[in-house]
Amino acid sequence: MTAAASAPEAETVPLEPLQKRIWDNVRTGNLGSGPVIAALGFVVLAFSLWAPNFFTPVNFSNLIGQTVGTCMLAYGVVFVLLIGEIDLSIAFVSGIAGVVVARLQLPTGAHFPGWACIVLALVATTLIGVFQGSVVAKIGVPSFVVTLAGFLIWQGVILQELPGVIVIQDNTINDVYGYYFSDLGGWIIGGIVSAAYVLGTLGSAVSGRLHGIAIRDPIVMAFKVVIIPAIVLVTVWICNKSQGVPFALLLLVAMLLLLTFLAKRTTFGRHVYAVGGNAEAARRAGINVARIRILVFMISGFMSGLGGIVLAARLNSVDLNAGGGTLLIDAISAAVIGGTSLFGGRGEVRNALIGSALIATIANGMNIKGYSTGTIYIVTGAILLLAVTFDTVARRIQVRSGR
Amino acid sequence: MTDTPLLELRGVFKSFGSVQALSDVDFDVRSGEVMALVGDNGAGKSTLIKCIAGIHPMDEGEIVFEGRRVTINGPKDAAKLGIEVVYQDLALCDNLDVVQNMYLGREANRFEVLQEPPMEAKTRETLAALRVTTIKSIRQPVATLSGGQRQSVAVARAVMWNSKLVILDEPTAALGVAQTEQVLALVNRLAEQGLAVVLISHNLHDVFETASRITVLRLGRNVGVYDRKATSQQQIVEAITAGQPTKVSGIPSTQVAPA
Repeated sequence: MTAAASAPEAETVPLEPLQKRIWDNVRTGNLGSGPVIAALGFVVLAFSLWAPNFFTPVNFSNLIGQTVGTCMLAYGVVFVLLIGEIDLSIAFVSGIAGVVVARLQLPTGAHFPGWACIVLALVATTLIGVFQGSVVAKIGVPSFVVTLAGFLIWQGVILQELPGVIVIQDNTINDVYGYYFSDLGGWIIGGIVSAAYVLGTLGSAVSGRLHGIAIRDPIVMAFKVVIIPAIVLVTVWICNKSQGVPFALLLLVAMLLLLTFLAKRTTFGRHVYAVGGNAEAARRAGINVARIRILVFMISGFMSGLGGIVLAARLNSVDLNAGGGTLLIDAISAAVIGGTSLFGGRGEVRNALIGSALIATIANGMNIKGYSTGTIYIVTGAILLLAVTFDTVARRIQVRSGR
Repeated sequence: MTDTPLLELRGVFKSFGSVQALSDVDFDVRSGEVMALVGDNGAGKSTLIKCIAGIHPMDEGEIVFEGRRVTINGPKDAAKLGIEVVYQDLALCDNLDVVQNMYLGREANRFEVLQEPPMEAKTRETLAALRVTTIKSIRQPVATLSGGQRQSVAVARAVMWNSKLVILDEPTAALGVAQTEQVLALVNRLAEQGLAVVLISHNLHDVFETASRITVLRLGRNVGVYDRKATSQQQIVEAITAGQPTKVSGIPSTQVAPA
């Protein structure tokens, strides 16, 4: 465990071989998203061979639709889990966003322009997040209880404020999900996203070199620079075979990039990880822990709102089921299955995307195969249990290897 | 070593509810020396350093730093003066790597965007200057480090900020023999580099190996300040276990063993 006494001088630290680094990560319980990506690949392959009409552009389009709303919520959940808290109110908060846009766009009622409805819905859910976060951070009520209360309260508000079903007639709102780019537009967007990724990755490597910092794992970097644009362009290609790239998918990718940047490249993100890793250490280092907690719940509220708008736009309506069903469980499971630790401090925004893609794929494929909802729940639950068990074991290994 | 103290505390009182943790405590430390702070459990050592670090505000008493009266209301105030504390539990985030821990709460940023390359370069430099050579990669999570390596990271973090005073709370308590020697050598190097060092320890061997002066507290009161060269371990043990307070509230203090 202890390093060799004759370790090399700091300037000339040799890069550890890749296998060593991977092994170190496994040993310290930092599995990351590797196993889930493998599982996702396996599930896609299995259903492609096994379920008719699974591997078709139309179904792929469906799959995106089934992923987007949940994934937006799951992005927020990742931040909440990173600080070691939980937010059970997200699903009904997303329902609130649906209710707000639906009521404000009513031609017979408020009849606000679509963009104003969206902005006001996001403001409302963000404020809900700030409120719940403040109760957690300032008063110290456990987040489990605060957001469980929120779960009931916001569900109640939805039932009170919704007269059955409201059909959304405003095109701006519906376009949040259902605007499809032209084939050319899709390629341009795919090209921009790929280029931005490649330039960003190479750019930070170059700026590191300028400061005399060697590139870690050049092989991994080369692999990512090739594989990520490939995935993006294949996605565009498949989408173009059906209706085209939906706006919601662009939103999903944009939020992934934005939130990943927030988590990994900003002081705020660093402090989120610090609070999750050791809140007392963060406090002693002068980090305003309460502020970080409130901001995280605020992000959770905002992302719930965005997810709620996407879900409402997908159905072109909002009904009394808004925010109900398995949305809450799916969103939290997505973050956890993707590899975000329930104990705080470990996880990445992309975990949410991978996790919700896995959950949606399993539900979609099993549905095609004709399995009942009950069976799908059982399978998804078993995978969740497996993921949390992994996390718990990994954490125990990490504690043991800490000394 | 200068004669005027870098930090001087006068008449410090601190209570937690009905428990009087510190009563009328004086303390001082000069640049370039290691001042040991010893005492039995509950003597008030930790409370005293937490007052200096701004974790607990003191009820009464004054702080003079570099000849000026100052107030310390939080960890940020202490850091601004150049006072850094390495706590017994190290206050490291296990999930973050060495660089991230070194810069915790003070990340180099441009418009809130982290500037990793300069942080990494400065971390290397600091560890090299302190001759901390056992850490293989500064990008490995702190969870993978040994106890001595963690202690080194915590100490390096404390000195990286052009700090003038470093307070070490039981730095060797959890370490093996070889790692203890490593950390004590590190403590001596800090003083050689002109920093004022306060060392809190139960281990008199550690104290006699590094300190130039020794302050003894007992039951929240001063017992005395001893010059290490003129004192035996036996005398310190007696002071810790049975020493009489040097001053009683309201009566001018009498210096026992001026250093």
